[in-house]
Amino acid sequence: MNDQVPATVDLQALLREANVLDVIETLDQELVGLAPVKQRIRDIAAYLVVSKARATLGLTGAPPSLHMSFTGNPGTGKTTVALRMAEILHRLGYVRKGHLVSVTRDDLVGQYIGHTAPKTKEVLKRALGGVLFIDEAYYLYRPENERDYGQEAIEILLQVMENQRDDLVVILAGYKDRMDTFFRSNPGMASRIAHHIDFPDYSEGELYEIAALMLAKLDYRLDAGAEAALHEYIALRRTQPNFANARSIRNALDRARLRQANRLFAAATPVTREALQTISASDIRASRVFQGG
Amino acid sequence: MRVTQGTFSFLPDLTDAEITAQIEYALKNGWAVSVEHTDEPHPRNVYWEMWGMPMFDLNDAAGAMMEVNACRKAFPDHYIKVNALDATQGWESTRLSFIVNRPKNEPGFRVVRQETAGRSIRYTIESYAVDRPEGSRY
Repeated sequence: MNDQVPATVDLQALLREANVLDVIETLDQELVGLAPVKQRIRDIAAYLVVSKARATLGLTGAPPSLHMSFTGNPGTGKTTVALRMAEILHRLGYVRKGHLVSVTRDDLVGQYIGHTAPKTKEVLKRALGGVLFIDEAYYLYRPENERDYGQEAIEILLQVMENQRDDLVVILAGYKDRMDTFFRSNPGMASRIAHHIDFPDYSEGELYEIAALMLAKLDYRLDAGAEAALHEYIALRRTQPNFANARSIRNALDRARLRQANRLFAAATPVTREALQTISASDIRASRVFQGG
Repeated sequence: MRVTQGTFSFLPDLTDAEITAQIEYALKNGWAVSVEHTDEPHPRNVYWEMWGMPMFDLNDAAGAMMEVNACRKAFPDHYIKVNALDATQGWESTRLSFIVNRPKNEPGFRVVRQETAGRSIRYTIESYAVDRPEGSRY
């Protein structure tokens, strides 16, 4: 068996072969900012390539534990990164299918005794061979109700995370502080998750870049006045409650597009291609954010 | 006597890797996979007990293997089969069905003769296993 072990392994070749660089590149282009997250993903990709190289040289190595936790405020790109992660893991051959099954507490926990286990198993069966993404995972554990069925779901999850490590990768996601509490009260879960990745909030400049990227994808553009208005809008919106980073920006742009459509209708003259594409300052300044919330 | 029923039944019993590959093939074709078991080996017995619902949205054979193994654990001495169901015509029709588990000891069948009008004889077969009541046959 072991007579064909090669003497050296070209790590770069392994990386190229798996086409992982493309995924990391698109990640770089499509996601603004998030430098620490991207660095961690590079680290993990490198780690996986090295583990693979070790395996080809016949060095012992338990399959690396790949369960992860993504913490960060809403709209910081956790789901998007999870999707890319599934692709990277698939290309490196650590999950067979590379699909992402995204669930919340409702999908895992039942309403009455004996309802939870089949429900959780159903979800697990669907996710096997891919990545299971549990959004707001801390809701699974409700310390105030000791008979809560969430605990049962956690136990089944733990069992599969441990026994079928080569079939499934679990990613837990949620707010940082609440996830920390969740891990403190579930040491079993904490010890099975090797990679904790924290998603920082976006800066004003990054949010503007995100807005520009979203508009470019939708074939819209801002005129000079609108650019200034958007900068002001982002600065104001960030200080207001319920700010959800990129998601708030997307919603703001959706509303601006709505107002633009209304404005074009009100003008009642034939519109040019240019006008259809342009969002002007008035479309953004009409937002209630400028009226003090 | 070894019961032969369904696909591959004249081959040696499939290994788990072979079963996984077959399920993978079914999933690749978009078929749903279900697990059924019985302790009534008559060849015309088509109503086997369902082990849970058919699995309609699997992506990987590992999920179905989980159920196969759970069923084997609960009924180590039953016949267990995996079905693959195709819904493209608008109803579920079996495309593939093969046995994945069988009792250790299969006693075989006897011929039963029934004398009817005019001293003519009707023949049927019956498994020795069904002498005992359901649930304690193997």
